[in-house]
Amino acid sequence: MSEDDERQQYPPPDLEFASNKARNCNSTGSGSGHPEFQSTYPDQVLENVLENVLHFLTSRRDRNAASLVCKSWYRVEALTRSELFIGNCYAVSPGRATARFTRVKTLHLKGKPRFADFNLMPPDWGAHFNPWALAMAKAYPWLEKVHLKRMSVTDDDLATLAELFLGFKELVLVCCDGFGTSGLGIFVNKCRQLKVLDLIESEVSDDETDWISCFPEGESNLESLIFDCVECHINFEALERLVARSPSLKKFKLNRYVSIGQLYRLMVRAPQLTHLGTGSFSPSDIVGQGDQEPDYVAAFAACRSLVCLSGFREIIPDYLPAIYPVCANLTSLNFSYANITAEQLKPIISKCHKLQTFWVLDSICDEGLQAVAATCKDLRELRVFPVDPREDSDGPVSEVGLQAISEGCRKLQSILYFCQRMTNAAVIAMSKNCPDLVVFRLCIMGRHRADPVTGEPMDDGFGAIVMNCKKLTRLAVSGLLTDKAFGYIGRHGKLVRTLSVAFAGDSDMALKYVLEGCPQLQKLEIRDSPFGDAALRSGLHHYYNMRFLWMSSCRLTHHGCQEIARAMPRLVVEVIRSADEEEMDDVVGTLYMYRSLEGPRTDAPKFVTIL
Amino acid sequence: MVTDKMVDYPQFLNLMNKEWLVNHKVSEDKKLELRLGPPGEALDDNRNTTHGTKRAFQHTAETRTGEKEWPIDTTKNQCQKISCIEKIGDKVNLPPTPWSSGSTIYSAFSKDTKEEPQHSKASFFQSLPVSKKLAGMAEDFKQPCSPRMAVGEVQFADGKACCSLATADPDASTNITSNKRIEYSPVVGWPPIRSFRKNIASNSLSKPASESSNDKDTGGKPENPKTQLFVKINMEGIPIGRKVNLSAYNSYEELSLAIDDLFSGLLAAQRDPSATQNESKAKESAKAEAGPLAGSGEYTLIYEDNEGDRVLVGDVPWNMFVSTAKRLHVLKSSELSTLQICSNEKEKAPFDPAVHI
Repeated sequence: MSEDDERQQYPPPDLEFASNKARNCNSTGSGSGHPEFQSTYPDQVLENVLENVLHFLTSRRDRNAASLVCKSWYRVEALTRSELFIGNCYAVSPGRATARFTRVKTLHLKGKPRFADFNLMPPDWGAHFNPWALAMAKAYPWLEKVHLKRMSVTDDDLATLAELFLGFKELVLVCCDGFGTSGLGIFVNKCRQLKVLDLIESEVSDDETDWISCFPEGESNLESLIFDCVECHINFEALERLVARSPSLKKFKLNRYVSIGQLYRLMVRAPQLTHLGTGSFSPSDIVGQGDQEPDYVAAFAACRSLVCLSGFREIIPDYLPAIYPVCANLTSLNFSYANITAEQLKPIISKCHKLQTFWVLDSICDEGLQAVAATCKDLRELRVFPVDPREDSDGPVSEVGLQAISEGCRKLQSILYFCQRMTNAAVIAMSKNCPDLVVFRLCIMGRHRADPVTGEPMDDGFGAIVMNCKKLTRLAVSGLLTDKAFGYIGRHGKLVRTLSVAFAGDSDMALKYVLEGCPQLQKLEIRDSPFGDAALRSGLHHYYNMRFLWMSSCRLTHHGCQEIARAMPRLVVEVIRSADEEEMDDVVGTLYMYRSLEGPRTDAPKFVTIL
Repeated sequence: MVTDKMVDYPQFLNLMNKEWLVNHKVSEDKKLELRLGPPGEALDDNRNTTHGTKRAFQHTAETRTGEKEWPIDTTKNQCQKISCIEKIGDKVNLPPTPWSSGSTIYSAFSKDTKEEPQHSKASFFQSLPVSKKLAGMAEDFKQPCSPRMAVGEVQFADGKACCSLATADPDASTNITSNKRIEYSPVVGWPPIRSFRKNIASNSLSKPASESSNDKDTGGKPENPKTQLFVKINMEGIPIGRKVNLSAYNSYEELSLAIDDLFSGLLAAQRDPSATQNESKAKESAKAEAGPLAGSGEYTLIYEDNEGDRVLVGDVPWNMFVSTAKRLHVLKSSELSTLQICSNEKEKAPFDPAVHI
């Protein structure tokens, strides 16, 4: 469920060793003439101390800062960094990364830009995990954890991970593709120490391999198995046996091919679960008419530690009451695949007093959101997805729901809200009622839609958000927006790191305001907005501080992009051609540019031109 | 709920976008004009939204003269054509990758001057003199069958999301809200929902609705899904969809007869409102007129499968059809033939380069 969250930091390794060393160092440091065996020169002592201290430093931003102090600190920091995070796989080469950091145990790697999720980028653009897998195999044979996001992973890569890393424990693939069930089969079979296999929103091709059966026999160390995105049948009996021999299993998210009857059988074997994805939550087709329905309530009641519930992929709402026993303990509930009404939601949500994260479909209407606001006083994150994601459908949720949430859930930090209509008043109200907002993403599905009550653009609403929500780091705008809105963002959005813009703005000034006004801006993704080369030029001072800039269907020309490429040699400027564009067209379909130490990549496909 | 799953087919979205993205400015207020031209073109500052709107309509009207004009009447629904067009997209145009440059508003404008892609976009605006047709349509939609239709908004009566010809022109005497919402055909990647979230409505609909009357507790048992495989079926021109139980039939013939029955009454009623008084009589007469599907060829049956593709009914063995069909559509054959579809039942038409992404 954590689409863009930073991942947990891991505790520093080997404290005992560190403190021993410290003791020894102190004793040598205090006396002036004691020739202790481990210090060959005075600076070595300092480095040892530093190493011990830096082990405790987990935040990568802190580490980046520490590495800039001096060469000695740079060296020691590189030695002690065990978790390597690379936000853009093309910003640095595997070789360079492994040369600098030699003791990495955990790798985080991100590939394609987010707009690739919405078909705005052709497949086979890149972000291949393969070169990284091979480089890691040589440099970090002790590698334990790999977290990938929007990368292209092949079956061979999965085999590499399982075979070449003997202590491999944790694989998390978010929004990845390129592999199938046969790769999974090899991976789970060879990876004997596996604790975590999380497949989240990834595309897994069905090679008709029974990968669940490929888990080795004997007691398993599995703590987390998440495969709700895998769109193929699984061998249920094998799964049941796997659960029976996985006493440490805490997180378990099933795909929609698991019926509620099967869910029951799994739950009774794993009452220790903390995170459960319920699969289809409906009976299979083979249910006989006379069969006794199992006691689902009892199964849920037995899971006393359950705090996170999701799934409900093909829900039959009659079965919802089964989850009543766990509602009071839930901190996270994901109903974003459950097409339920407000009436069906109310009995559930009224029990969820501790809820902090709630994902839901707009089928619950404003009324459902009011019920949420009435009970979930501790809510931190809300996502409302549309059942009917079209521009011109009826909108079951509106400004009414947003207003209610803002009044009831004062601690809200993150919101993603899809709707057909929204007023400035409601957005302004949220900006005042929820000052802790860090993420505000509002998607008014009809393009260029104004405030239906006043007829005005949505400038003031978003303006209020950047003005009043002082902690805001991520913003996505929509609706009818003029340059004024961007003026507000530039003036007040000083902490904004990620900005998503679509069908907005009047002129280059809008983009200028943002590029000149937002010093923390790292990720800027823009589509279908009237920004041209002049606007692009206004960001030259800032592009090296950004992870990437994406601009599609704007008013850029090859000439303008070429200028940028020439002015900034460490920037990779990719022009991505659409299927029907001619090469000679001066108009740029999609611009994707990012800082990189490596220059133009060598694996670019034909439709990408690197300027 | 009657809906058209247009966004289920991201690969079709790019079919229509280039043409539609003319009318951006909702507020007629003023300077919020989008520069409607290729970069660098000197623009007339007096140009306002209405002017731009009309310009677009005229433009499309010009390009359409050579083509068959689709009849517009009270029962017709422009969206149906779009669903036909989608079908075209399915059979004819689908590029190997669904991706395309999407809503290239600005490049669309630059291409305008080249005149080249216009014919390709099967434009629904056809040869409509704007205000007149708008008025006509708006009135038609005054009698919405769907309770969901918002008052005063020019939408299609069955709620299908397509294009409504709302204009910012204050002179248009229609039931357009002061919001002056201008609708668009779907655009690639908008709204920004990942594809696995898109079929939720159809997933939950094709699961049979359980009868909850006897269920008090959690052990409530819905009817055995095996015997009930209801899928929604919409007929072109009829705002209200129906449901058919696919598992009740054993062959395509049985199914098409059943669909005949289902819609004949409604069709007759629409042709002649007074006929609703005599339902059985109307049914008879409708049947006598050679029922829609029973070989007359006047209508064609299409279904949506579990991958979201639109397929001509009859292409696959019956059992496969039953297990994969998620929705049915009954479309007028006459329109299908003007939209070159590759199918077994129609003669194969040459790939029309005009209808392209």
